[in-house]
Amino acid sequence: MSHHMLDARRLLCPMPVIRTQNKVNELQAGDTLEVTCTDPGALNDIPAWCRINGHKILETKKQNNEVIVLVEVCQS
Amino acid sequence: MILPLPLRVEGKLVSLRVLIDCKKVVASINEVARLKVKVARKSLTNTHANSGKIPSPSYQPEITMRQAKAVSLISGGLDSLLATKVVMEQGVHVEGINFFTGFCVEGHTHAIRKRHEDKPKRNNALWVAETLGIKLHIIDIVDEYKDVLLNPKHGYGANMNPCLDCKIFMVHKAQEWIEKNGFDFIITGEVVGQRPMSQRKDTMPVVARESGAEERLLRPLSAQNLPATLAEKQGWIKREQMHGFSGRNRKPQMALAEHYGFVDYASPAGGCCFLTDENYSKKLVDLWQARGKRDYEMDDIMLLKVGRHIRPRPHFKLIVGREEGENNFLQGYAKIFTSLKTTSHPGPLVLLDGVANDDDLLFAARIAARFSQGKMADKVVVETRRDNGEEKTFEVSPLPPTELKEEWHV
Repeated sequence: MSHHMLDARRLLCPMPVIRTQNKVNELQAGDTLEVTCTDPGALNDIPAWCRINGHKILETKKQNNEVIVLVEVCQS
Repeated sequence: MILPLPLRVEGKLVSLRVLIDCKKVVASINEVARLKVKVARKSLTNTHANSGKIPSPSYQPEITMRQAKAVSLISGGLDSLLATKVVMEQGVHVEGINFFTGFCVEGHTHAIRKRHEDKPKRNNALWVAETLGIKLHIIDIVDEYKDVLLNPKHGYGANMNPCLDCKIFMVHKAQEWIEKNGFDFIITGEVVGQRPMSQRKDTMPVVARESGAEERLLRPLSAQNLPATLAEKQGWIKREQMHGFSGRNRKPQMALAEHYGFVDYASPAGGCCFLTDENYSKKLVDLWQARGKRDYEMDDIMLLKVGRHIRPRPHFKLIVGREEGENNFLQGYAKIFTSLKTTSHPGPLVLLDGVANDDDLLFAARIAARFSQGKMADKVVVETRRDNGEEKTFEVSPLPPTELKEEWHV
């Protein structure tokens, strides 16, 4: 299990979701991915993508005009 | 329902009577062969004579047969939502696929414009997938899509929309996807006669043929108006459980949505692509004319969605933020474009796209002042910063409205 970071700042929907999807597909079950975005839409879209694709959202937060989403990769 | 079916159990050919759950299976041998069926122990009546083995009382063979699998093109609109649901209702495993061309109305505009803050910032394709309970694969085709837009074999629609080529391309990409992932067929929400270019009775076969999908392309909302495809011929789905919608009337779709209990679906006017928008298309053509070549980068197509575009001279245009959200978005480009901002009065951020000498920059500053709150003032201070970092401050008189020519607005 390992922790990974993804910089999706300055990308607009749906690019943060696509980048998250592509990164998650490279990871193993149990790995965590911290995605940082500036598009506020990511706060809804990344968790929605995780729900429908069977991955777990550990945390979402807004911080200085940035959205941070922490994903746990699950077997799907 | 009891049907005889020859099967192999533990490597031996046996003749079975299979008890099939009628709730799951609609009677057809082909469907039976594709469903996961439990063989009731009592139905094992005639094992092969030389097997020498009669299954023990605890033996519960579960014979798994592959369920038909389809991928559905999910735009986020109502038609693809319904088409997918229709097929899912027939026991087919469906996953969604959504292609991002860069011209999708989804997302970007809501994220940019502050005035849309009251609306939920949701991606409709994701919403559709979640509503249906299916996986969604979002594919970035921005680069590949350039050739579709720049060289459409079948031409453009009313604006810069290459709808027929676009549909062919997307179905082709879906065909590649199902080949790679072992899926059986492709679903689209197309309806005969609904769109003037890609969804006509004579062009819908073109999509199937030129995409390479051929019989693997199913349009469940109009299937009763079209020849049977592979999914029907294989018995994976039933024609009578699909629909015969046609034309631009949306009432049948709305009734079907009500039947399924879908209420919060998206219904973007004019479709889900900026290329069907007349104003956007004009800006795109203007960009190509000004640069002397038909090409674009991702930043170009993003900026065409934002702000007022004013071309006072052939060699440069101004992009003027219309509200706070757009100004914030344009700020992200301020270091790679020449930018202008009024400092004596509140005003928008203005980007200059093109080449400008000092006279041009002064003239651009007068236009920037025109769009500031100092538009009636005698003098307005405008700070400029060239894309090479050179900064210069002007004190200008705002351009009078009579001198801001209508034809400059792109």
